[in-house]
Amino acid sequence: MAVEHTKPIPSPIGENKPKIDARVKSTGAAIYADDIQFGNNLLYARIKRSPHPHARILSVDTSKAATVPGVKAVVTGDDYPGYIGLYLQDRTIFCRDKVRYVGDPVAGVAAISEEIAEKALDSIKIEYELLDPVLDPEFGAGPNAPLLHPDLGHYEVANFIIPKPGTNISNHFKIRKGNVETAWKQCTAIIERKYRIPHIQHVPIEPHVAIAQVEQSGEITLWGSSQSPFAQRNLIAKALGISQSDMRVIAPYVGGGFGSKAGVSMESLAVAIAMKVPGRPIKLLLTREEEFYTAFVRQGLVSYYKMGCDESGKILAMENTFYWDAGAYTEYGVNITRASGYSSSGPYEVPNIKTDSYCVYTNHPVGGPMRGFGMPEMHAGLEQCIDELALKLQIDPVKFREINCLKTGSILVTGSKMHATGLPECLQKTAEAIRWGQDSPPSSPNKRRGKGIALMWKAPAMPPNAGSSAWIELAEDGYITVGVGGQDLGQGAFTVAAQMAAAALGVPYEWARVATPVDTRYSPYEWQTVASRLTWSMGNAIVNAAQDARRQILDIAAEAWNEDADNLDVVNGVVISYKTERELPLENLVVYGLPKDDDQGWIGGPIIGRGNFMPTYVTGLDPETGQGERAVVHYTTGAQAVDVEVDLVTGRVDVIKGAAAFDVGKAINPDLVKAQMEGGFIQGMSSALFECLQLKDGVLQNPSFVDYRIATSTDIPDEIQTIIVEVPQDDGPWGARGIGEHAMVPTIPAIANAIYAAVGVRLEGPPFTSEKIYLAMQDAGIVS
Amino acid sequence: MAIHRIFPTINGELEQVDVPSNMTLLKMLREKMAFTGTKNGCSAGECGACTVLLNNEPVNSCLVLAVECDGADIVTIEGLAQDGKLALVQEAIIKSGGVQCGFCTPGVLINTMALLDRNPNPSDSQIREALVGNLCRCTGYIRIIDSVKKTAQMLKAERSELWQ
Repeated sequence: MAVEHTKPIPSPIGENKPKIDARVKSTGAAIYADDIQFGNNLLYARIKRSPHPHARILSVDTSKAATVPGVKAVVTGDDYPGYIGLYLQDRTIFCRDKVRYVGDPVAGVAAISEEIAEKALDSIKIEYELLDPVLDPEFGAGPNAPLLHPDLGHYEVANFIIPKPGTNISNHFKIRKGNVETAWKQCTAIIERKYRIPHIQHVPIEPHVAIAQVEQSGEITLWGSSQSPFAQRNLIAKALGISQSDMRVIAPYVGGGFGSKAGVSMESLAVAIAMKVPGRPIKLLLTREEEFYTAFVRQGLVSYYKMGCDESGKILAMENTFYWDAGAYTEYGVNITRASGYSSSGPYEVPNIKTDSYCVYTNHPVGGPMRGFGMPEMHAGLEQCIDELALKLQIDPVKFREINCLKTGSILVTGSKMHATGLPECLQKTAEAIRWGQDSPPSSPNKRRGKGIALMWKAPAMPPNAGSSAWIELAEDGYITVGVGGQDLGQGAFTVAAQMAAAALGVPYEWARVATPVDTRYSPYEWQTVASRLTWSMGNAIVNAAQDARRQILDIAAEAWNEDADNLDVVNGVVISYKTERELPLENLVVYGLPKDDDQGWIGGPIIGRGNFMPTYVTGLDPETGQGERAVVHYTTGAQAVDVEVDLVTGRVDVIKGAAAFDVGKAINPDLVKAQMEGGFIQGMSSALFECLQLKDGVLQNPSFVDYRIATSTDIPDEIQTIIVEVPQDDGPWGARGIGEHAMVPTIPAIANAIYAAVGVRLEGPPFTSEKIYLAMQDAGIVS
Repeated sequence: MAIHRIFPTINGELEQVDVPSNMTLLKMLREKMAFTGTKNGCSAGECGACTVLLNNEPVNSCLVLAVECDGADIVTIEGLAQDGKLALVQEAIIKSGGVQCGFCTPGVLINTMALLDRNPNPSDSQIREALVGNLCRCTGYIRIIDSVKKTAQMLKAERSELWQ
């Protein structure tokens, strides 16, 4: 299935093209959803939200709100009974019977100003009967927990998700491979650990925003900051019982997503309110506070690890139990549970493994996809255990990882074989970059210095048949416009799309444009911009579209020149014949065709290439053992290492240097790959050192940038060395696979391992704040 | 709510705007004038996305009342490029790869202009300190810091050309 690329000379593949949208973004000209002008017709929506983590709604009285001057619509759960959700349809647009987290939407208002809408919200009276909340996933999974979703057994669910009706477990994914009980007896060293990973927020700098309008035709238009215009079209249409073709989603530039703008969240609220005021656009813009309370959060995790190895350091067995604190609705989170299950060995070959990964309903904010999709959380504990096991046997952690890490052909946790991978090379190069084994002196006597390393793997987690499509249209001068349904979130998807289209068609990169904004009415289908899947999946669709266009062009030239199309090529925007050495620029030909000899008519017509791509080979897994032929499309692997300094007086951790190597198959644009590695590293570092949604009895305590700190320019290391490893993916365009999420997967454990190397303490979980580190050092007797 | 007629100069052009007493400069720019390049990230002075120059000083426009800007000189991101020619700071951030989602970019560039105006040769730590109020979630700041250094070099080269 390798993509053929006969003669892309000179090819933009592998070139550091500047981002195609960098100019509009640096001049203020780029239009984001909140920048679109709707004029005086625009109405403003605000949402009445639950102040309780768990309560029954006894009554909702909106009569006063409807009479507030300037209010144009009031909506409650009574208006919209339909269920919505990506993998498990477990939520309605507005709450109907119960509220399940602080911030759960109960009613919505549209008015001529935000102030009036806020005033109207104040006049809505809701009576609640408070219910006992579930605030811990381990407790929530047990028999004594209050039941959050008694209707779990009736929800529509994807066939690879396994809910347990009558419990709070909305997915239970199991691995049963080999025999762990026998294996423990053969182990020389065994360790058992528990880790707790807090909820964190994605914190895109652009808050969520959606504008919806019901058109005169009855069709609905939604403008939003979105990673998933097509999924939103589908899921909102289904929930409202309308045709997908009557639901149009327009998705301009996105000011950061990281998963929070995937699937459907607040967009459905805007649409529901707009349906009450046909003909008028209504805008719902989340405040930063609302963003912290109600946007998807990264799920919390309580994890238990047991692993053992023999004398030589070969890992023989693992036993992992994951309780995912998935929040009030787990429509998207159920698949994080599954992904962490089928990846639960970490990037290691483990002959005996038992895993139970539980997705548990709690009365916490709604868990959703976040950069890494469960992998940073799972690797955080796992990669610390790997270090501990190595140290227990007094084997160097890098050496220990060399022994056990996945190599090409290794047997995976799900029973299949690992495809070609450069993981051992990533490990070795990262260790070299951080000068593993060489101690550097701390910068002052009250500081201690240490190095840590961690590996990672991650597959795109998605339905087996998530599809992409693309088209390529040519203008009179031969320039090309690439239509895609994938979104540029800042990662550079549009730039890479243009590079691939130009290369596969045979025109200069400068001739390529991307048809934006993504609009479900005109853009080709793309499942979602998630899972680091675009370069690979959308890339394959683009290559297929380019080849389709190319074939049409060559057929025209072949007929006109009476030659075999196999002898023709498009190089640098010119059709050439290798046989007769005839040449003809694409100009005009691609729109007007070519005249036949002696004025006997014309050949051809306007060229549009189309292509799609969908993986067809992913198989189901046995529900009892998690074993199967091919669980996923592929794994991107990599390594990170850090050099940190810990202040004995304050407990402050400073990351002095970072190093990272990832096997991306082929870097279509190496600079963009490196930018992902850097940005991911800092986001991972931020989650390791600073970030935590402080939930007290289900109520968020730190909903602002002051109280929820993310890394700033003063926190970052002096140097991050990024290394690209390229072991091609057999079905990737030019061998490419994804990198967007992977860059933050190993950061927490790399830093944790370095802190241990520096001062000998380990915490139960991040963030590794000064206070927590200091107290841990005190407990360990390192400071008094 | 009282409405005030004010006359700010925005990007070199004298403007007339009618603003309610409680309207912020950010809201005025975005909703009254459609200078939407100035971004709203938090409306609380915490993220720096709405930074503009107010009488040559960088400010969070979400914390400034529009009525205070009568007669003021305001520069937004739209005012940096002249006649389609990018300012050096824009060229530098594009070359450095310091733009990802682009939402923090306008605030970063305005703040960089202000920094280089008061300190043409900032050290690494001075750059970091200057940008501490501009949150970026995509880039990890590395390429942004590089672009500030690059701009300083380009400005220096430009100045020495002028002298020759």
